[in-house]
Amino acid sequence: MFSIFRDLVRYNIEFAIGVVLVGSITLFSLLSFFSPVDPTMIYVAIPDRPPSFEHLFGTNSRGQDLFWQLTFAFRNTLYFGLTVAVLSRIISITVGLAAGYLGGWVDRVLMFFNDIFVAIPIFPILILFYFVMRSNLDMFTLALIMACFGWPFDARLIRSVALGLRNREFTRQAVFAGMSPLKIMREEHLPYVMPIIFSTAMANMIWSIGLEVTLAVLGFTNINIPTVGTALYWANSHSALVVGVWWWILIPVILIVLTFLGLFLLAISLNEYIDPRSRLRRMGV
Amino acid sequence: MRGYLRFALKRLLQLLAVVFAGISAAFFISHLSPISPVESIIGRVSGQSSYSPQAIQSLRDTLTELFGLSVPLHEQYFNFLGRFVRGDLGPSLIAFPTPAMQLVMLALPWTVGLMVVQIVIAWLVGNILGGLAGYYQNSRFLKAFGIVAIGIQPIPYYIVAFLMVIVFGFLWPVLPISGGFAMNVRPSFTPEFILSVLGHSILPASSLVIVGLGTWFLGMRALVSNIVTEDYVTYAELAGVRQQRIVFGYVIRNAMVPQLTALAMTLGAIFSGTIITEQVFAYPGLGSLLVRAVNGGDSAVVLAVSCIAIIAVATAIFLIDMIHPLLDPRVRAE
Repeated sequence: MFSIFRDLVRYNIEFAIGVVLVGSITLFSLLSFFSPVDPTMIYVAIPDRPPSFEHLFGTNSRGQDLFWQLTFAFRNTLYFGLTVAVLSRIISITVGLAAGYLGGWVDRVLMFFNDIFVAIPIFPILILFYFVMRSNLDMFTLALIMACFGWPFDARLIRSVALGLRNREFTRQAVFAGMSPLKIMREEHLPYVMPIIFSTAMANMIWSIGLEVTLAVLGFTNINIPTVGTALYWANSHSALVVGVWWWILIPVILIVLTFLGLFLLAISLNEYIDPRSRLRRMGV
Repeated sequence: MRGYLRFALKRLLQLLAVVFAGISAAFFISHLSPISPVESIIGRVSGQSSYSPQAIQSLRDTLTELFGLSVPLHEQYFNFLGRFVRGDLGPSLIAFPTPAMQLVMLALPWTVGLMVVQIVIAWLVGNILGGLAGYYQNSRFLKAFGIVAIGIQPIPYYIVAFLMVIVFGFLWPVLPISGGFAMNVRPSFTPEFILSVLGHSILPASSLVIVGLGTWFLGMRALVSNIVTEDYVTYAELAGVRQQRIVFGYVIRNAMVPQLTALAMTLGAIFSGTIITEQVFAYPGLGSLLVRAVNGGDSAVVLAVSCIAIIAVATAIFLIDMIHPLLDPRVRAE
């Protein structure tokens, strides 16, 4: 595991940049544990101050210190993305491996549902959920709903790998040795799909964080929880750009773009790692 | 030909299943709402002036009857399905008593137009440039384009659109930044109206194209850079087949097939992007209607927009799937 990581950092500049970007954003969000201010309080600082030594990112029109506010926002956003990624990975691994290894009617039924979930546009469904639950829609429920829609594409990918593994020598050996299907999937096939799971997890985080930002900007989430999306929502609702509080929009946008860029670079470099052809080309063999 | 018909029939059944599952989900989610549409109308009416309790009670009864809420949930569901087939989803609240379906049908062409334009431009241009970039890997221009694409791709839709509003609305105001057509033009099939519609669609459409183009470019480049190492490309080059024919006839054509599948897969996401774009540019489509309906607590319109969106996306995926075998003989043979 560690040697793979070292090779990736050494031979793949995209991966190294991605690690640095995501690592720094994570560190930034962890600073929220040392925050001297409560993110839910408003009018605790002088509003509309530009960035200075006292307030590193300035203060917003709601009288909050933007630096500490954004540490909380990024903690919640990253936590949200991670929750969706983990939950949807669990569904896609289960469905993908089961459909690929068991085949037959299990495969047909699972892929039937898979195709339905691929074709349903999630955005109207999310808005419906907001419409029904209003501010009762907390982060975890939202993550759970998104996870229910974030698995089908990756499940299909995992299934295609599992289909190939089913006819391999070691699978047959495991069957003859009396391993149960569950054990074969968990101990023999799961390690093979691990790289796919990591790379799709990054893509999934980009997707879910992007959706959360979008929903929040429209005001369709609980706007009292600090996230990157709600930070932009409040900035918009106070017309930050028109009144000249540009740092309120610019700083979160730069940080979220860096986050997305980092996750995206990690995803594509891991994708490249999975494909041995491009890996060899990269190493100059 | 018979194989194609069987394929088409299978896909059609799948389409029906998707539509059925989608609108059922939409119905049950919306009917678990704690906000009763009847009470919210009564709240609005009685807030303006005072009525006698009897009048309010009879209004409540009439509205409950009108929304079909007087029967148990499963009966409401079957009624809903029956009415849905006839295209009737009840009156809207935000523009009472205009039928919700009529509002949706007015908004639908705008969204479909925006989506078709953005998909055709972004998908075709992105794929062709990506294919060329994968084949001519030393081209300076295409390399630079790739770097720009990687840089733009992670930026959320919303922010690209918003930046365009700032640039073209405040810094360099040459293009209209809101609405579907100019206020002083009457909607009819006159050149003036059509030009106005086109002018107003430039910014929303190009913000969508900017984001979409990079995605297709990067995907196609990755696909093509794998295909060029295949034996048949090397043979074609050695046999002296014209380079143009290799690129378009062999390389890009083969890479087009997975890209078409990817288009079908991401159609839902493109639709979500269109909703945001409409909101940012105040474009009169489904997205703006949906946002207005949510803020106005109008469950009939929210439900109608969701159902139509589900049907539209599923149908578009179905149509793309129908083109698939024409492009890829292998699917036809199955």
